[in-house]
Amino acid sequence: MSAAAREVILRRIRSAVEGAPEAEIVRGYKGITGEPGDVELFAERVRDYKAVVHVVPRAEVAATIAGITAQRLLAVPEGFPSHWYAPSEGETDGVISTCAVAIAETGTIVLDAGPGQGTRAQTLIPDYHLCLVREDQIVPNVPDAIARLDATRPLTWISGPSATSDIELNRVEGVHGPRTLEVVIAIG
Amino acid sequence: MSGTFVGMPTFPKNAAKAVQDSQLRFNLRKATHTIRGKRASVVGELDDWAELREAGKTIKDHTLRHLDDYLIQMEEKVTAAGGTVHWARDAAEANRIVARLVKETGETEVVKVKSMATQEIGLNEALAEEGINAYETDLAELIVQLGDDFPSHILVPAIHRNRAEIREIFLKHMAGAPKDLSDEPRALAEAARVYLRQRFLEAKVAISGANFMIAETGTLVVLESEGNGRMCLTLPKTLISVVGIEKLLPTWQDLEVFLQLLPRSSTGERMNPYTSMWTGATEGQEFHLVLLDNGRTSVLADKVGRQALRCIRCSACLNVCPVYERAGGHAYGSVYPGPIGAILTPQLRGMDTPLDRSLPYASSLCGACYEVCPVAIDIPAVLVDLRGKARHTRAEKAGMAAAGWVFNRSKRLAKAQRFGGRMRKLVPKRLPGPLSGWTDTRDMPDIPAESFRDWWMREGKR
Ligand code: SF4
Repeated sequence: MSAAAREVILRRIRSAVEGAPEAEIVRGYKGITGEPGDVELFAERVRDYKAVVHVVPRAEVAATIAGITAQRLLAVPEGFPSHWYAPSEGETDGVISTCAVAIAETGTIVLDAGPGQGTRAQTLIPDYHLCLVREDQIVPNVPDAIARLDATRPLTWISGPSATSDIELNRVEGVHGPRTLEVVIAIG
Repeated sequence: MSGTFVGMPTFPKNAAKAVQDSQLRFNLRKATHTIRGKRASVVGELDDWAELREAGKTIKDHTLRHLDDYLIQMEEKVTAAGGTVHWARDAAEANRIVARLVKETGETEVVKVKSMATQEIGLNEALAEEGINAYETDLAELIVQLGDDFPSHILVPAIHRNRAEIREIFLKHMAGAPKDLSDEPRALAEAARVYLRQRFLEAKVAISGANFMIAETGTLVVLESEGNGRMCLTLPKTLISVVGIEKLLPTWQDLEVFLQLLPRSSTGERMNPYTSMWTGATEGQEFHLVLLDNGRTSVLADKVGRQALRCIRCSACLNVCPVYERAGGHAYGSVYPGPIGAILTPQLRGMDTPLDRSLPYASSLCGACYEVCPVAIDIPAVLVDLRGKARHTRAEKAGMAAAGWVFNRSKRLAKAQRFGGRMRKLVPKRLPGPLSGWTDTRDMPDIPAESFRDWWMREGKR
């Protein structure tokens, strides 16, 4: 049955486009820059989404995380650098992760389930997400990010905490995803 | 398309009713103007917007021209990544496939992410007939579903409800809603979070649509805000995605264009909070992709109308449309309201009903929709073309010809206006005789006592 449907649909398409002119793709827009992304711009754009952002030298990352987690215990996905955060056992109330790529222009963080990022569910269920971004992971724009990413990995693009504007268009942070997103950017 | 709206009266009757509803008008106006402003500011940030739009348009046109090849490539890639691909000629076939897949899991409940394609085919109703409950998880869809109502906007389907109404709906229909629930948006969102959380954790089957499919890699892409999409796409063991065949993009690189065009045009954000991308069976899931035709190939066969298939459902055209702002989404009698609905619905469904025939007239041809469309769909041109194709009664044609004769000459117009002004009290709301066919589908505009032109001549001379 499905085989018949497949043939019918493909046949319908072929007869529909028969004789239609060739359509060339025009790419006049700004493409890949290949340059490093602007840390300040990235921080500002993430803050625009009402996320908390810390920009700190690499040497101070562990201390910064220790400060943030003084009142919290975070779940740690496999492969997260233990010199940055190594919690004691216990019930967690949030998650910490690294990321694959970050985009300055849009304030976006992309997770690709690589080391330190866990499964997609691990950074979704907790109400609090602390994400660590290294300066060299920040790219200027969307084309740069696409070029760096592998489409066949499970990807989650995150731009601020979960939000809805469904009630009279009032933006409310946090519906189903983590209601608080905190970002530590390690420079140098 | 969906049986949901069958039997609805024609656009003008619906619109006339909606125009009287001041709450709806207020909500719509507030919403459309807010989003419009946000869109304009984030679009203005990109100095290559025109080039992105051109790329978006040409990528879509190119894909549609070779849709057969790209669909086959998509099928190969998804299959190679452990997914199963199904093809559905029409709504009934798609619904049958999904119902069978759900039954094979032994489940009777599924969670859903907002998807226009599944609304178009009336999937929830079809599943209900098979004893399967589908739970919408998008906050707005939840409001619509609990309120036993129809969506009114592509992006904010519950735009016609205010907070007090939403609180009422939750208290009445949401099991476990706190008795002291306030009408604060934050409290309402929290109630929905609690209500749906258990459902997400227990659900074994999820159904979604997709914003894009990448033929080169077999990847599916879903953009959202709340996180309910991520919940549905990642937690359940089985994921079924129903996607229109026109959602395809040839290459991974093409996504860089649409991830800039869509969020900025749609919610007026630089990027939406969450975008999920997955290829085939992911992280231990079972994955099914249902490729849906349901009228799309006949749209594709129309030289002028096929550009409607470029649509990425951003809803920018709704938010700028003066007719939509006044009439509201329900008047269009379709899951696709606004300017895009006026050209897509009659093409997908054919123009057999009076409602669908009246849709191409739900526009003043002002062209604002074309201007904001991120894939440059010339909606006014398609409207005009469809008007020509609709089988109109002779009276309708006579009415149009008479109007054309009057409006074409300014002197005749002035005369007609003065005459109309004097006769104002006597003008019936419906034209008599054969011309009633014209007023049946169009409002007679209220005739002002004095035309602007007369006022100007009189006052300007002082
Ligand atoms: S027609 Fe254009 S503006 Fe309207 S929803 Fe589709 S893509 Fe957006």
